[in-house]
Amino acid sequence: MSTTVHGAAQATGPHGRAYRVIGTRPVRHDGLDKVTGRARFGADVRLPGMLYGQVVRSPYPHARIKAIDTARAQAHPGVRAVITGADMPALNTDAVAELGEGAIELKYASMLILARDKVVFQGQPVAAVAADTLQAAREAARLIHVEYEPLPVVEDAVAAMQPGAPLLHDDLYTVIPGGGKAERPSNVAKHVQYERGDVEAGFQAADVVIEREFRTAMVHQGYIEPQSATALWSPDGRLTVWTTAQGPFTVRQQLADLLQVPIGNITVVPMEIGGGFGGKIQVYLEPLAALLSRQAGRPVKLTMSRAEVFVGTGPGSPAYIRCKLGAKRDGQLVAAELYMVYDAGAFPGSPVGSGAVTGLSPYRIPNFRVDGFDVVTNKPRVQAYRAPGAPQAAFAVETVLDEIAEALGMDPVELRLKNASAEGDRLIYGAAFNRIGFREVLEAVRDHPHYRAPLPPPVPEGADESADGAAGSGTYAVGRGVAAGFWSGASLTSTVHLTFNPDGTVNLILGSSDLSGGRAALAMIVAEELGLEPHEVKPIVADTDTVGYNDVTGGSRTTYATGTACWRACQDAIAQLKLRAAQLLEADPESVAFGGGEFWLWEEPQYRISLKEVVANLQKTGGPIVARGMVNKLPMAPAFGAHIVDVRVDRETGKVDILRYTAVQDAGKAIHPTNVEGQMQGGAAQGVGWALFEEYVFDHGVMRNPNFLDYRLPTALDLPMIDTVIVEVPASEGPYGVRGVGEVPIVPPIAAVANAIARATGVRLRELPMSPERIWRALASAGRSAEPAG
Amino acid sequence: MSTGVNAAQAIPGQAGLAGTSTAGGAQALVVRGKTLVEATINGVPTTFICEPRQTLLEVLREQLGLTGTKEGCGNGNCGACCILLDGQPVNSCLVLAVEAQGREILTVEGLAATAGTAAGGVHPLQQAFLEHGALQCGICTPGFLMAAKALLDTNPRPTEHEARRWLAGNLCRCTGYDKIIRAVLDAAERLAAAREAATAAAAARWEEVDRP
Repeated sequence: MSTTVHGAAQATGPHGRAYRVIGTRPVRHDGLDKVTGRARFGADVRLPGMLYGQVVRSPYPHARIKAIDTARAQAHPGVRAVITGADMPALNTDAVAELGEGAIELKYASMLILARDKVVFQGQPVAAVAADTLQAAREAARLIHVEYEPLPVVEDAVAAMQPGAPLLHDDLYTVIPGGGKAERPSNVAKHVQYERGDVEAGFQAADVVIEREFRTAMVHQGYIEPQSATALWSPDGRLTVWTTAQGPFTVRQQLADLLQVPIGNITVVPMEIGGGFGGKIQVYLEPLAALLSRQAGRPVKLTMSRAEVFVGTGPGSPAYIRCKLGAKRDGQLVAAELYMVYDAGAFPGSPVGSGAVTGLSPYRIPNFRVDGFDVVTNKPRVQAYRAPGAPQAAFAVETVLDEIAEALGMDPVELRLKNASAEGDRLIYGAAFNRIGFREVLEAVRDHPHYRAPLPPPVPEGADESADGAAGSGTYAVGRGVAAGFWSGASLTSTVHLTFNPDGTVNLILGSSDLSGGRAALAMIVAEELGLEPHEVKPIVADTDTVGYNDVTGGSRTTYATGTACWRACQDAIAQLKLRAAQLLEADPESVAFGGGEFWLWEEPQYRISLKEVVANLQKTGGPIVARGMVNKLPMAPAFGAHIVDVRVDRETGKVDILRYTAVQDAGKAIHPTNVEGQMQGGAAQGVGWALFEEYVFDHGVMRNPNFLDYRLPTALDLPMIDTVIVEVPASEGPYGVRGVGEVPIVPPIAAVANAIARATGVRLRELPMSPERIWRALASAGRSAEPAG
Repeated sequence: MSTGVNAAQAIPGQAGLAGTSTAGGAQALVVRGKTLVEATINGVPTTFICEPRQTLLEVLREQLGLTGTKEGCGNGNCGACCILLDGQPVNSCLVLAVEAQGREILTVEGLAATAGTAAGGVHPLQQAFLEHGALQCGICTPGFLMAAKALLDTNPRPTEHEARRWLAGNLCRCTGYDKIIRAVLDAAERLAAAREAATAAAAARWEEVDRP
């Protein structure tokens, strides 16, 4: 079930016209290839003479590399190339690789690709081989002997901050608030601080103050397609890479920086991408495949196993958060304090900054202080994961808000409505919100039938155990939770080109990878503007030689920023086509108007010609045209969401069932509502997994569950249908008021589930995942577990 | 992959090196440690040579060019490589290629043809996936389609719970499953309606024949 709620502006375009294409649900352009198996993903690449590679990874989370002996591997039949850290250019620079969503210092990125003197996480590559067959490459990889001297391991970020903790990097000095650096090296890469008002006075003025500690686990994006990259380094110095990446241009930049190759020599060809969620921005295999190809003189393909994906790529940051909120009796928030430790893994760069911003900015709080720490440990180096940093912070803030609502006897949605930020209110770093729809989202939650419905019956169908209602003494307890979440959305840079075919159809040349159906929305924008049908626009995700620069698909920016570029390209096309229409209509270009796919004369509207006809006659009116659109920086288009969830807790086993789920979100304007609903449902499901099941289980820095059996993603059986409500409060800029929708829906679910469990059982879980064992222990220690029957 | 010796070249000239073994029921020919396997793949009798260690997934993808079947985990946990082996859904990463001897294999590339749709058409499941937006990145889609076909072949009118339970062996990280389950239930309706229409049409023809 899905519904749409309109905000301030109705779903009409400029001049009050109703949209013809925007808001409809055409079958996506890449759909047929994907349901027939024809779509080509990263691992589907096959080139003549292609070799297969295998990476050798460190079994130790922290060790000095004393020696690497590759002689036996090199002598193995079929082996064509062997590389080690000595083959990577040494980068003695402080330069930073900007990844669009996150950043990493180049010297660290280089070590992340291939270790040199020491390894700092289990799974860090130390060598790689390429051979005629994958089997030969695997055999040769086992013949590479690496002599390690194990070093003490730091697994926990809070422990890593303590004086005397083993150091990962002896050149890492804390960047302190204000920009200076600490005098002595430590595992704390950065300390960020945000402050407003007088926090102590604020808490003193509060009628209720609640302070709690939260811990979240390291989790993986869990894209089903493992990383795969194929490289061909040609003898003339040209490097071509076929890969599955969120940003082909970002891959190109990283390759140029890491391999010290002129960027113009590199072509990155984006294959279809089997999920990314932030985890396919950083390169891992591409530089290794390139170096192997250079040595072998042949194309080399590298594909990760699932275990390699777990230990060798970048998961989401685990966090320790202390959250203290103070409110007046009427629910008005007066003070907040957040102490956040985000674990970056082996190299600096956790999303603690965006965690801090997204945690408190949704609410108007006059006095606050946020201290955030970016800390390194001997674990995989984290990467962006859908709204990086925000779900952890929202878990803390939205749980404490729920406790404040309980303490004040207030409805949790009313409490949020009372404090919700609105246009003009400031984010914690000082910028003012432009138009936002947080209030409208909360009102949609409050007014939704789900929020007012009686709780489902506690006893599951077919169960013989009796129960006597919420927080009662029976085996089963049910409860309802709500929580909100926010993502400010990125703009960055996008370029698109339009070319025109003689039959009036249009090629939309894109450089934004399509992770989830985004190219359909972009084609719809072009169809809307040019008066075409969606399938008369052919969206093509091009390689880095074919289209102008584009930043990554990430930060919920593609439909917003690349969509704006599409809109601008259409205006460019219309301006150019007007000149041709004027020729055909034998009129002055100034007198030509355009709308609904037709050019006509302002003064004499009976003289008109369709865009298709103008396009069909391009050769006769001066030759082909190319239209282009570009965005470089747009204002933020912040998006808010709030989720309602009903859970059943089995107090005998600690198992949680999700009984009903409703996700509400401001999309600004839903270009393709099916795709928007899909984002909301998918984000909610990932959030439920983060809440209930998912965690890296470490034993002294060694991951013990690098597979999908022991690292459990939600299955179809773990979830109900996920109802969606799309709220449409137009963004200040961008076509049709559209906002990015991808990231917000993973922000509320963790706290929503935790709040529902608390409402059901009276017990608050503040550590993730909320596994049956953890819930059972919490219930038992509160005297609220149920004894096994008979 | 270079292990893929072309069957037509390898066998006749090397008959002296060949032996026989049994795999998958029928007798299989073994040449220099490699096995000649004859199977029907998407309705086409196919012969390939493989090593005993090779999985069916590897042979389908790397030797036969059927890359529609995807590898997500390689150990049977994600279902992206689901195909039908004699009508049964299996994770092809857990099946050895030699086990395919004498058997019928259906992959996503052959799905549309099983519905009797015209060339270039799609199976009702594929159509329902498209219309419901039941795919986002699309990497898990072939596995879901094949598992769903097996479901509807076994249980033509599943309940939502039955569909969820059957498909719990296929992981999707993008959709939250909502639209996948809706698409499968909708395809079940469409297929059932088509079957009922066909039955009614057949009955009508019989009535006409019976009419004096």
